[in-house]
Amino acid sequence: MSATTLPRTEAAAETRLRIVDCDVHPAMRSAAELDRWLPPRWQQHRRDYGLRLRQPFTSTYPYPKSAPALSRRDAWPPGGGPPGSDLDFMRQQHLDFHDIEYGMLQPLSVRGMDERVPGFAEAVSCAVNEWQHDDWTAKDKRLKGTIAVPGEDAQAAVKEIERWAGHPDFVQISMVTRALEPLGRSRYWPIYEAAAHFGLPIGLHTLGTSGHSVAGGGWPSYYYEEHQAVAMSLAAMTASFILEGVPERFPDLKLVIIEGGFGWVPSLGWRMDSHWTALRSEVPHLRRKPSEYLQANFWFTTQPVEEPENPEHLRKLIDWIGWDRLLFATDYPHWDSDDPRYAFKCQMSEAEKRAIFAGNAKAVYRL
Amino acid sequence: MSAETPGAIDCDLHPALPGCMALLPYLDGHWREEIVSRGLDDLDLALWPRNAPLTARQDWRPAQGLAGGSVDLVRAQALDPFGSSIGILNTLFGAPALHNVDMAAALCRATNDWVAREWLDRDARLRAGILVPMESPELAVQEIERRAADRRFVQVLLLGAAETLLGRRVNWPIYEAAEKHGLPVALQVTSATRVAPTANGWPTYLIEDHVNFAQTFQSQLLSMISEGVFSRYPGLKLVLLNAGIGWVPSFLWRGTKEWRALRREVPWVDRDPAAIFRDHVRISIQPIDAPPDPADLAALLEMVGSDEMLLFATDWPHWRFEGTDALPPGLPERLRPRVLRENALATYPRLKESLP
Amino acid sequence: MSKHVVAAVSDLPAGSRRQVTIKGRPIVVFNLSGEFFALVNRCPHQGAGLCEGEITGLVTSDRPGEFHVSREGEIIRCPWHGWEFDIRTGQSWCDPSRIRIRPYPVEVAPGARLVQGPYVAETVPVRIEEDYVVLEV
Ligand code: FES
Repeated sequence: MSATTLPRTEAAAETRLRIVDCDVHPAMRSAAELDRWLPPRWQQHRRDYGLRLRQPFTSTYPYPKSAPALSRRDAWPPGGGPPGSDLDFMRQQHLDFHDIEYGMLQPLSVRGMDERVPGFAEAVSCAVNEWQHDDWTAKDKRLKGTIAVPGEDAQAAVKEIERWAGHPDFVQISMVTRALEPLGRSRYWPIYEAAAHFGLPIGLHTLGTSGHSVAGGGWPSYYYEEHQAVAMSLAAMTASFILEGVPERFPDLKLVIIEGGFGWVPSLGWRMDSHWTALRSEVPHLRRKPSEYLQANFWFTTQPVEEPENPEHLRKLIDWIGWDRLLFATDYPHWDSDDPRYAFKCQMSEAEKRAIFAGNAKAVYRL
Repeated sequence: MSAETPGAIDCDLHPALPGCMALLPYLDGHWREEIVSRGLDDLDLALWPRNAPLTARQDWRPAQGLAGGSVDLVRAQALDPFGSSIGILNTLFGAPALHNVDMAAALCRATNDWVAREWLDRDARLRAGILVPMESPELAVQEIERRAADRRFVQVLLLGAAETLLGRRVNWPIYEAAEKHGLPVALQVTSATRVAPTANGWPTYLIEDHVNFAQTFQSQLLSMISEGVFSRYPGLKLVLLNAGIGWVPSFLWRGTKEWRALRREVPWVDRDPAAIFRDHVRISIQPIDAPPDPADLAALLEMVGSDEMLLFATDWPHWRFEGTDALPPGLPERLRPRVLRENALATYPRLKESLP
Repeated sequence: MSKHVVAAVSDLPAGSRRQVTIKGRPIVVFNLSGEFFALVNRCPHQGAGLCEGEITGLVTSDRPGEFHVSREGEIIRCPWHGWEFDIRTGQSWCDPSRIRIRPYPVEVAPGARLVQGPYVAETVPVRIEEDYVVLEV
């Protein structure tokens, strides 16, 4: 591989296929922007106490990222503010540049679900949704919002879902992946019930400060480990959904797992099935093999894309998962984002490109 | 019954230790009195409840006594039917999970004596792993040193999840001793439950704990690679028991990708983590966790990219397969001799010393 | 191949870099303490413009916990996924024989010689008393 032979798997240039990007990150210039939508009581609280997460620092991560604002170094808007905070620059650098038909917003920098103070969690979720609407989706029809919810309080979460359900700008519900408890637990079921009722997928973007280490062995030392282990945390989360019987109970529920790649998916199904052979009497509420739920109720965004040395291995992997299960995402403007032109290092047919770069997402989100 | 896999080396057999009371003859006066006066007996690990279907195959549960409870059983159920020439005993016993490291050390020591006397002395085909009080690397090293002269002990057994991730420097004396004595380190599906097994805390079901252990193994590997254990101890081999191999390709791809992006944080990882993995990590074949279509096993193995990685195991007496179908369907013919025997001989230097 | 004047030496001080487009190709030119190098301005991984990356040294280690920094200023890290490339050769650190960026020959020439041709000086006015960075593309 060299610069002159960089292979292109670009969807857009050859086919005029417009891309649906299932992971775009808008940012606030600072948390103070929230005040525009917070009641005075919570404005004061925000100023005095800020967000209270389950991590050692008020405003940075215990695993310092590899780049400022975890972003591409070329994504800082010339007019100031952090990457993702300037709609015009986002249009120029990303939406227009790649001819994005729809961009699914995923606000990360401020979020309600892992805020520890319950009333504030509600107020923040609410404000984040107003902000997505007023500053993003109302200004650019390509952008679609996600309903942020204070998910540790299912009743409050359902209230917030009901506020936005049916609004054409909001196409999914977002929960953090590293929640307080395994996400298959019944305490979260009212959220799933509402999601299934309104036909809104749950978008599970890797995120959250649960107070537990990212994977089973304990707390890693390095960002290098934490970043790679994200896929492990998502596998365990997915196992919880399935083995607790969420898709059995809500067969129409759509679960979209965002920013975990997809290499881990098939083997999770194989391992669940192999253990289910011996241990099915423990989970009699499952009427099908665990892997069947994985194939029926889950979708996966592609970034960070898998990069086996042999491109045929990538194709085989997707065969195992299903070409209808993957939704393209860039993760703009983050450092580990994928470029739609070059992310997939394997050959794809026109139909396969259409599915992954747009069609699957349009079907899942009913765009 | 004719042997299914003559000459095989079975790398994962589990002798059942009834409890601490069975160790009394092997404990010194103080610890004997402690165990008796405090009424401490069974230290069964939560991942392996005695009656759970996974813990023992139905036809391997004797009418009386414990599954995996005697040399007669291992002969009749594991060694003879498969024709194994060597079988490695990996004791699943909770002593290393105790918080009191002196008590853990005494019980590990007694367990290893028990294995030597009641198993290894009774069948020349048997070998064993050394149980160590790993939460005190200092005491763990003492146990390795004490046992190393007995060449029938061929590896060091560690809990799959303990107080710290295994790559952390505090654990390095264990690897130094293991490397020095030509002992691979083996991780079992066992946890001291010091940290929750998932990022979302404690799952509900036993099946989740077992499924998720594939991730726990990966977190341990990632830790050992990124902390530089294999750069520092180039002779060290790591054996994963019950890990499956389905996750290996994605772990390797991701490992290379992350390393290209972030290796400056861990510059002692001075070559592709996938290459480090292939040089140092070995995995037992039960369970295999392969695609449902046997024809796809070859494709998966091609992604794994190593003919040296797989080690034959029945995981006796756990329930992983029926009859004598221990080899995964679809295993390419050319790999058979490697999986059955050659890979184990290359992994465990001590096995070559007394080849039957 | 033709020779192209891309900058006056005084406009490209030590430690700096500049993006130019020659024959439609994006190229980044570096001044490494007075030595000049040029690479295609496109990362072989996913195409990022290298010019926007960080210039650093090479971090290596003899044993865990120890860090050596050498070759200060001679490594460019891609602004996206951070792959490291040797500015002198275009080779990646992670897989130097297979992953590399095409380098272009660069020389410094006095204006007095350049005005005689056959050089292409599209946007850079050449004055006799200055030195210029010349790229062969
Ligand atoms: S685009 Fe340069 S490292 Fe990925």
